[in-house]
Amino acid sequence: MGFMNLFKHFLGKDWGVHPADHKRPASDVPTRKLPIPPRLHLMLSQHVGAPSRPIVLVGEKVRKGQLIAAAQGNISAPLHASTSGTISAIGEITAPHASGLPGMAISIDSDGEDAWVETEVITDPFSLSPEDIAKRVAAAGVVGLGGATFPSSVKLNLGRRSKIDTLIMNGSECEPYLSCDDRLMRDRAADIVTGIRLMLISTGAGEAKVGIEDNKPEAIAAMREAAARFDNVTIFPVPARYPMGSDRQLIVELTGREVPSDARAADVGVIVHNVGTAYAVQQAVCLGRPLVSRVMTLNGGAAATPGNYEVPLGTLISDLVAFTGGTTGDVAKLVMGGPMMGTILPHMRVPVIKGTSGILLLDANEAAGGEVEDCIRCGSCVKACPMGLLPLEMSARIRNDEMDAAADLGLADCIACGCCAYVCPSHIPLVQYFYHAKGDLYARERNKLRTEATKKMALQRQERLEREQREKVEAAAKRKAERAAAAAAAAAAEAAKQGESA
Amino acid sequence: MSTSSLTAPPIASPHAHGGNSVTLTMFRVQLALLPATLFGFWLFGWPSVFLFLLTVLSCLGFEALSLKLMGRQRFKGTLFDGSAMLTGWLLAMTLPPWAPWWVAVLGGFIAIVIGKQVFGGLGQNVFNPAMVARVALLISFPVPLTQWVFPLPLTSLAAPDFIDGLRIFLTSLPLPDAMASASLLGFSKTEMSRGIDLLHSLAGAQAPALSWLGTRAGSFGESASLLILGGGLYLLARGIITWHTPLAVLAGLAIPAAIGHAIDPGHYLSVSAHLLSGAAMLGAFFIATDYVTSPNTGAGQLIFGLGVGLLTWVIRTWGAYPEGMAFAILLMNAMTPVIDRFVKPRILGRDRKGKPLSIPEKKGA
Repeated sequence: MGFMNLFKHFLGKDWGVHPADHKRPASDVPTRKLPIPPRLHLMLSQHVGAPSRPIVLVGEKVRKGQLIAAAQGNISAPLHASTSGTISAIGEITAPHASGLPGMAISIDSDGEDAWVETEVITDPFSLSPEDIAKRVAAAGVVGLGGATFPSSVKLNLGRRSKIDTLIMNGSECEPYLSCDDRLMRDRAADIVTGIRLMLISTGAGEAKVGIEDNKPEAIAAMREAAARFDNVTIFPVPARYPMGSDRQLIVELTGREVPSDARAADVGVIVHNVGTAYAVQQAVCLGRPLVSRVMTLNGGAAATPGNYEVPLGTLISDLVAFTGGTTGDVAKLVMGGPMMGTILPHMRVPVIKGTSGILLLDANEAAGGEVEDCIRCGSCVKACPMGLLPLEMSARIRNDEMDAAADLGLADCIACGCCAYVCPSHIPLVQYFYHAKGDLYARERNKLRTEATKKMALQRQERLEREQREKVEAAAKRKAERAAAAAAAAAAEAAKQGESA
Repeated sequence: MSTSSLTAPPIASPHAHGGNSVTLTMFRVQLALLPATLFGFWLFGWPSVFLFLLTVLSCLGFEALSLKLMGRQRFKGTLFDGSAMLTGWLLAMTLPPWAPWWVAVLGGFIAIVIGKQVFGGLGQNVFNPAMVARVALLISFPVPLTQWVFPLPLTSLAAPDFIDGLRIFLTSLPLPDAMASASLLGFSKTEMSRGIDLLHSLAGAQAPALSWLGTRAGSFGESASLLILGGGLYLLARGIITWHTPLAVLAGLAIPAAIGHAIDPGHYLSVSAHLLSGAAMLGAFFIATDYVTSPNTGAGQLIFGLGVGLLTWVIRTWGAYPEGMAFAILLMNAMTPVIDRFVKPRILGRDRKGKPLSIPEKKGA
């Protein structure tokens, strides 16, 4: 605000927004450990890729860290018991999604002992081969903890295969309200740096660049101290600006490279991992501990005790809220994740998953959504869009059901960061428009594929029938010819015989 | 898939908002116009106060009527979002200060009904409503629309009092010659048409003076260039407008003016005469920057602004009308969809044409 705005546009680098971050005081309170709730519900699908497959039976006793569901297919992640106890159910529970639809989960009744399985502690993890590190990370069920929940080992292997040169560690945590990465970097910087060094070995990258937004000076200091002895791990403060934590934006900021829109980060020689993931990698590789808990932020105006908590996976949000002193006033919006990209939850009986970076109990003031008015074409969204899109033009097309026109304007490049809707003076829910249009285009694409598949199968059937018919005719002809030949041969033989006897 | 998910209450992120609103934006623009408006009241007295009030009221009235006729669900919110009021405000600022009452009423009708609502309301119009009204009035009623009163500050003895002001406003009598004055642009155009070149005509005793402070004949709200400029800088600082449009408009006007004046000062007015006359400042900062009718990218706004400035200079120099800002803005408004179609920001990861960037070759691969 103010006078510098006059020059802002001359200075360039004008994308994104600067929302009030609401991170303190929650980020200044040390991480607290949540007691084990009586019952935990572990969703089978809490990562990108195929859901995991249960390998336990109801009534079975499990220990903390024991494998309870195995990965299925190339892109998937296994699931481990987050406390010791008895498997009480394998069934449906409300999934952490705005729809409120159910998903499959394994429920564990805690025995209160929280007893670990035997874990293999490795004394010299840095002597492991790149493949072994990735294998251990895969076995521990580590996924991207920034919220994307992509299986980490897949990315480590991809990095090695693509011969990347730089590992980018995302510690920017640009979402307002959230401070779990901040807290983790302040408290466990040494472990994170160990994790980063293991990931360097596993990806084969020469150096790691850790980007941390400059609104987290304590985290920057702690990480600098922890990384001081290692030349290949460098801490870079980056300007606090949303969405700095988006991988494409962070890659430009830290390396100056731009990822082509149809390519992956590995194609320009980098891989982005979250700092929380580095911590999980360290735990998995050095201590043999699978991912069974995570640090997450509880925040928002209606939260009684905002702060960061180490929460066992599968804890119901209602349990979390009850343990932390309940709510103060009405919760106008219950959000999983940050306010800019998080998901609304239908109610609190939803479990914490690997990708839960925070739970926000927003009060009426914070959640205030204004009345939707007409677009005044002010262009605020154009200035805010970090991807260089024209949100106002795309939404105008989508309103008229012209999805192809919206796609031509670059709908597929939208990262749904929410900057446009955040600045819109008319309170137009632009991101909702874009989700709607993307869903529509996706459905159409699927329909097209289905039609093509049907057509292909019909053609194949027709070909097969024709071929069979042809073969039948040919076979008949062949048989006839054979019969004729046999008859001729028989006749000849007969004639010869007669000739002989004559 | 139906479009019902577009009208349902939004569940998608973001769950936070920056706090800006249409009403707040319109209010800030009005705040930026306030100094020049108050100065106009002081400079031109009671008739200008009545003109201003009736123009704004007329715009609000026609807006209300249109919304009712169209059966808009959101009536009160739309009526008082500040957009109709701002249209009236801007229109009043471009009218001759002692224009009669019917100019205000008719102007409001043209601006709101013909200029805006027939296109579908706020955000849908192609042309700036205030400029549509101003140009329609100027072409239809050239006499009352070109009668410039000599500034008679409220504190001066000759200024009409409240009752006199009301009488002037309601009875559309022609101005007495003693009080009428030509604007600089009008004066130089008239003299040029009489074959007297600028060097002689502007040196004469009756030549209107140029003034940063605004004590010159002209439209009600546009003469105080300094106050308009101040308001424009406030809008820039608040981030309501960006520098692209105003700078481009002023450059588009000043550069040809400088070249022309350098070549033949007898036929081409100086840069300062162009920048301080007519609606140059008001147009550059407040009218050409209209969100709805100008391009929505910085580069597009530069093209748009340069076009406005250049066309203004062309019309002022060779056209039949002494002032060309309103015409220039309307012409460029018509170009806005074309500019927006061709000038788009570059998408991250794509080139200017929208093709994905090529994937770099691997070293050693």
